[in-house]
Amino acid sequence: MSYSDKVIDHYNNPRNVGSMDKSSADVGTGLVGAPECGDVMKLQIKVNRDTNVIEEAKFKTFGCGSAIASSSLATEWVKGKTVEEALAIKNMDIVKELSLPPVKIHCSVLAEDAIRAAIGDWKKKQESAKPVASTVAQ
Amino acid sequence: MSTDVKIPQQKIPQQLPATRYAAPQGVKLPIYMDNHATTPMDPRVLEEMLPYFMEKFGNAASRNHSFGWAGEEGVETARERIAKLIGATTKEIIFTSGATESDNLAIKGVAEMYREKGNHIITAVTEHKAVLDTCKRLEKYGYRVTYLPVQKDGLIDLEELKRSMDDKTILVTIMAANNEIGVLQPIAEIGKLCRERGVIFHTDATQAIGKIPIDVNKQNIDVMSISAHKMYGPKGVGALYVRRKNPRVQISAIIDGGGHERGMRSGTLNVAGIVGLGKACAIASEEMAHEAAQLASLRDRLRDRIMNRLDETYINGTMEHRLPGNLNISFAYVEGESLLMGINDIAVSSGSACTSATLEPSYVLKALGTGDDLAHSSIRFGIGRFNTAAEVDYVADRVIETVERLRELSPLYEMAKEGINLKDVKWAGEAH
Repeated sequence: MSYSDKVIDHYNNPRNVGSMDKSSADVGTGLVGAPECGDVMKLQIKVNRDTNVIEEAKFKTFGCGSAIASSSLATEWVKGKTVEEALAIKNMDIVKELSLPPVKIHCSVLAEDAIRAAIGDWKKKQESAKPVASTVAQ
Repeated sequence: MSTDVKIPQQKIPQQLPATRYAAPQGVKLPIYMDNHATTPMDPRVLEEMLPYFMEKFGNAASRNHSFGWAGEEGVETARERIAKLIGATTKEIIFTSGATESDNLAIKGVAEMYREKGNHIITAVTEHKAVLDTCKRLEKYGYRVTYLPVQKDGLIDLEELKRSMDDKTILVTIMAANNEIGVLQPIAEIGKLCRERGVIFHTDATQAIGKIPIDVNKQNIDVMSISAHKMYGPKGVGALYVRRKNPRVQISAIIDGGGHERGMRSGTLNVAGIVGLGKACAIASEEMAHEAAQLASLRDRLRDRIMNRLDETYINGTMEHRLPGNLNISFAYVEGESLLMGINDIAVSSGSACTSATLEPSYVLKALGTGDDLAHSSIRFGIGRFNTAAEVDYVADRVIETVERLRELSPLYEMAKEGINLKDVKWAGEAH
């Protein structure tokens, strides 16, 4: 397996490794993959509730070098983007950036899934935080 | 039209990952510790082979001139050396292109020859693909094959073998030593059982020859596959032992054309390769006992150094009946290919799906009942004749360092440390 320089760089110097407080209202957590498949990615985002900009992103990955690089790159890319902009990230962008061979394309798909899952989780939290219309008379 | 020949880039070890460790004195990088995949040739073997390329280059089947006789002499000396190593006679040794061919010849050769007697073959799920795929092909031709499971330690159950045998059983084929986990099957007992039932016993001894004592009579072996390149000999040559007495075993050839090797394997002999195989066996006859002790000591040193530092590491297969140089460990929460990437100045292999052509994790580990996640986290070390204690220490330290680093990156490790039982988690990717 011959890795691109970028994959090796992400592997040696992964960006944004770590964890955020799952319970925080501003944090969205995406956990995708399964241990039996050899790929599990956890991607977290911290979103500014006023601007919808992703201010912070962290990841942890169990998987091969390409999986680690894909998720590390994902955290780099989402930072500074709005939630809507981040949803536009496609797995083939990751494939191109990291020069992933065909057999590793599924790693990029998982990274895209992780972004969506994190955003989905954050959105759900925003929905449930909305005040429910009250019919109780004052 | 110009033919642009693309010469592959020389694969120099890529940018090495950060490491605290400089290779100690006398340790040359990269280190080779994958001796189950293949072995470097012993210089004494190469030296023995060289005259047979340009001076004694005759075809061993050329009966009428000295060039042929020289080739023949080299071949017959090799035959004697191989026979001596395994307790056989020279007439019982046939030369092939390697153990894969020997396995094919043994299984297909017996199956065809004894077709009238029966059509049932027994093997085990942990066999090499050369055996398994050959059996699969025979199933297409109407043979019945029983694939015995193995226990958690990697060994077959003799009682189960006994129960599987019926009056149509003509062949049992069980490997002497497993290439992934190094586990040694109870060959003598299997052979005894087969002898009692009048069933031919073949063993693929590719990983065992020259590493552990093999005696075809003491172990009741009827047919046996041998490979040169697993024992410091050249690639592309091997042998098949076929018993001539007590009882006499016959096999049908699978390659026709000239009737070489008593009609059992046609084709001009690879004289230089055969000479190399012979020399490798001669060296093993002399040095095996001492070398086995040496390898076991290095292997235990590697194991202890790693397992004393890291928790949640699991050895795959029993340590009690195992090749002296083999170690196969799973490192929980860390995926195998990413581990290999972190120690890319060391040559070992992994049971992870990511490293296999089929994206399936190791079927041998699966057969042990190792969960897929631990199968993905396994590394196979194969210590050999030319490895040193300094290399072992360096390898252990690099493995420890890389596992620790990758566990910091691992969501599974984080969850485990939080007390979550990973088996209870509903994984998003589970429906595969």
